[in-house]
Amino acid sequence: MKKKILMTGNEAVAQGAIDAGCTFYAGYPITPQNELTAYMAVHMPGKPGIFIQAESELAAINMVYGASAAGARAMTSSSSPGISLKQEGISYIAGAELPAVIVNVMRAGPGLGNITPAQSDYFQATRGGGHGDYHLIVLAPASVQEAYDQMFLSFDLADKYRAPVMVLGDGMLGQMMEPLQLSAVSFQPSAENKKPWALTGCAGRSPNVIKSFYMDTNELEKFNLNLQKKYALIRQKEQRWEEIFLKDAKTIIVAYGSMARIARSAVHALRGKGKKVGLIRPITLWPFPEKAFTKHLTSNTRYLAVEMSYGQMLEDVQLAVGKAKVDFLGRAGGGVPSEEDIIRRVNG
Amino acid sequence: MDKIYSHPVSLRDNSTHYCAGCGHGTAHRIIAEIVDELGIREKVIGLAPVGCAVIAYEYWNFDCSEAAHGRALAVATAIKRVRPENIVFTYQGDGDLAAIGTNETIHAANRGENLTVIFINNAVYGMTGGQMAPTTLAGQKTATTPAGRDVLSHGFPLKISEMLALLPAVKYIERVSFHSPQEIIKAKQAIKTAFLNQINNIGFSLVEILSPCPTYWGMSPQKSLEWIKEVMAKEFPLGRIK
Ligand SMILES: Cc1ncc(C[n+]2csc(CCOP(=O)(O)OP(=O)(O)O)c2C)c(N)n1
Ligand code: SF4
Repeated sequence: MKKKILMTGNEAVAQGAIDAGCTFYAGYPITPQNELTAYMAVHMPGKPGIFIQAESELAAINMVYGASAAGARAMTSSSSPGISLKQEGISYIAGAELPAVIVNVMRAGPGLGNITPAQSDYFQATRGGGHGDYHLIVLAPASVQEAYDQMFLSFDLADKYRAPVMVLGDGMLGQMMEPLQLSAVSFQPSAENKKPWALTGCAGRSPNVIKSFYMDTNELEKFNLNLQKKYALIRQKEQRWEEIFLKDAKTIIVAYGSMARIARSAVHALRGKGKKVGLIRPITLWPFPEKAFTKHLTSNTRYLAVEMSYGQMLEDVQLAVGKAKVDFLGRAGGGVPSEEDIIRRVNG
Repeated sequence: MDKIYSHPVSLRDNSTHYCAGCGHGTAHRIIAEIVDELGIREKVIGLAPVGCAVIAYEYWNFDCSEAAHGRALAVATAIKRVRPENIVFTYQGDGDLAAIGTNETIHAANRGENLTVIFINNAVYGMTGGQMAPTTLAGQKTATTPAGRDVLSHGFPLKISEMLALLPAVKYIERVSFHSPQEIIKAKQAIKTAFLNQINNIGFSLVEILSPCPTYWGMSPQKSLEWIKEVMAKEFPLGRIK
């Protein structure tokens, strides 16, 4: 068993990626995720790790596309404006069915906004973000440990589904320092991780082509239908969430990432006062954990969606609960809903 | 019509979608011949651009990837870094390499990536309907410069090869042309050098080819070749740049 160490969320993501077998990182500096890039610069180089400070986010995501096409476990990280720039490349990665991991340590927008924590890129992350009918698998860690652990999961899911995976954090989680248990085992490629489609040179086989272009409309439609099948499978198999105190809950708070930590404290405080409150914390934002809601759906449960944005996750909660009442509490761009805000809202 | 003495293994037996007199087919074939001659078909990885040559991988018979418009050199950088034992080349038009992808081009060159770049300068955007390219000549009429390129408002023809030659990490740049069989032989030699440089770990090598686009030049294939010789090669002088 390895001993516990103290790390920030940004560093834990970087170390997690390395332990999960990431051998290629390209990124462009942006706050509040600079520690991640810097950590990679120190710890990636050497066989077989490759670190490139790219000339832009466009270059970085296209480098990830290339590294993944060549068979490497590849990732990039950025924060909101940089993630916007990467969208075309992410769409190509989805279209070429390449595995890749993209980390977004969100900041407040729109535009340059500022570096206060926010969750305002929820729509961008969960709806695809770029052009075309595609999805990212989106994971939302709520602690430094989970950020680390989710890097293993993200690379595995990316390989398994040949799809881009986004880890969606925020500045609070990125900067926060917590004890971390490193994995005793690091990634060893197995038969499951074989990539017969990768570009390696066509020795002993017919040529491989990585592409997303289909001149023939029937072929493109067929390709899209297959993508949709893949997404349906992911929806069915990969919903993840954490739930606390749901059994007798009259009010269920829904929150993810850093916001869920504050919501959890509020839930404990309210329970201490005898209030029947529970929490659903989506761990996958796409697929959204609808199953968590259908499982507990009763006609008189009241929901409270709490987010560091102005009603983005709220829409998925509304879709998941149908006719049940969903209240909303959200702040972004300077403020974060506090434990007291949540308690007041539940009581009021 | 070309007499095909032997069909390169690296070229599939597909008829191309290019217009009559287009330079892309010639460039594809030369690359395929060189790949065969150097015995690297099983090691080579080609990057097809977004432009008229977008489905170059339908013609080449080796591993290939598409790259988003302008990003071929970012993609190629990563492939080569991950697989230094492979031979990686990009094939890019002037819009791809010298407009939307200028940043990727300059920085891959400045890092001295050990890559081979085949740069097709046809002075227009072919795929999207003959608009002005960064390399469009002064006075040249295109879909977006109907009165001819006015350098004072549209800018001057961009000499990206000369710009790249200023970078210390760039090892080899040559400008060649497809306007005559003799020039095509020279072009082939230059492209071979650019591949050999990579094989010998010499570094970033680029060959710019003045290549005809009869369709959007509004000329016959024969007239297009004359125009390259008489007009285009005056603006873009042939020969070794670095
Ligand atoms: C991001 C993006 N912008 C614009 C386009 C449209 N587009 C496709 S090819 C092209 C220009 C092609 O010109 P060039 O690179 O010179 O190649 P050619 O077709 O002349 O061979 C453009 C603008 C695109 N596919 N993607
Ligand atoms: S439009 Fe021009 S570049 Fe494109 S195929 Fe036709 S001749 Fe070639």
